Amino acid sequence: MENYLLILIGTVFVNNIVLVRILGLCPFMGVSKRLEASIGMALATAFVLTLGSGASFLIDKYLLGPDLIFLRTLSFIVVIAAIVQFTEMYLHKQHPLLYQVLGIYLPLITTNCAVLGIPLIIVQERHNLLEALLIGFGGAVGFSMVLIIFAGLRERLESAEVPAIFRGSAIAMITAGLMSIAFMGFAGLAK
Amino acid sequence: MSTALLIMIGLALFLGLVLGYAAIKFKVAESPLVQKIDAILPQTQCGQCGFPGCKPYATAIASGEADINQCPPGGEEGIHKLAELLGVDPKPLNAEHGVPKPKSVAVIDEELCIGCTLCIQACPVDAILGAAKHMHTVIAKECTGCELCIPPCPVDCIQMQVVQEDLTTWKSKYPLHEIRNV
Repeated sequence: MENYLLILIGTVFVNNIVLVRILGLCPFMGVSKRLEASIGMALATAFVLTLGSGASFLIDKYLLGPDLIFLRTLSFIVVIAAIVQFTEMYLHKQHPLLYQVLGIYLPLITTNCAVLGIPLIIVQERHNLLEALLIGFGGAVGFSMVLIIFAGLRERLESAEVPAIFRGSAIAMITAGLMSIAFMGFAGLAK
Repeated sequence: MSTALLIMIGLALFLGLVLGYAAIKFKVAESPLVQKIDAILPQTQCGQCGFPGCKPYATAIASGEADINQCPPGGEEGIHKLAELLGVDPKPLNAEHGVPKPKSVAVIDEELCIGCTLCIQACPVDAILGAAKHMHTVIAKECTGCELCIPPCPVDCIQMQVVQEDLTTWKSKYPLHEIRNV
């Protein structure tokens, strides 16, 4: 039990996927201009990341095994793309409201490197299914949290008096860097 | 080697089947009115109505956000059809959105084309063929005559050519008899 808690803390804070592992930077910079959009993106990613981690783990364990390691990246991409498509169709039919909130971000997740990165990390570290799901979920929570915090910061920066040369992307990059440094402070808290 | 191939083929087949089944199972019925309106619109995707394409315009008409007289390529004929479908009075074309022109296709002067690809990006129906620094050409059959490729061309090598009416391009006009206001 303690082990699982440590995994969760470890993936959300210590090895935060965006700020420590530096994965999934495209949505982090791209979809963080408005808080509303970033919440949609965070929700969609969280959903796909958790499901994708579990599915890729099962594929790796029962379909590929130790002999076909070279198929990992290829098969994970296929599976994740299919999961995203399936999720989109399901939501469109069953939860039109949620589908509208997530909007274009849902199909965009297919190309999010965090969604492929976490399953690859999981299979390299030899976990079991529950741990794999937890890591996927923890990564998703970490991603969502950082994305939403960053979007909030950027909305405030819009109205702040920033020196002319730092305006726009420059100040966003600096903010991201500072956040990353802050998250490095969690190092050593849990593995 | 063959195991790897079999596994990938099997995986792709399985996922394809699942997605295909899901596409049928979770099919969302589109509003039939939007589909009917969209079928009347000329599908030029020219954007003269103020919407990004024919489908968005059809959706806007169906929800009552747009009027039926904003489509120059559809002309009088299109307005009459829309009016009949929606049960409203036909009205003259709104001149703000342009005037109807005879059906024409874009033609690229291949001598002048510098291969900049700007017109390819502008084309809403992918009717222009070509690659960077190679001559481009228009697939006449695909061209809807929307004229969106003309403004981006830096060397003005695109012209609109009116399609002459002959046996292969003739279509019956609607309405066949002029409607008189009584």
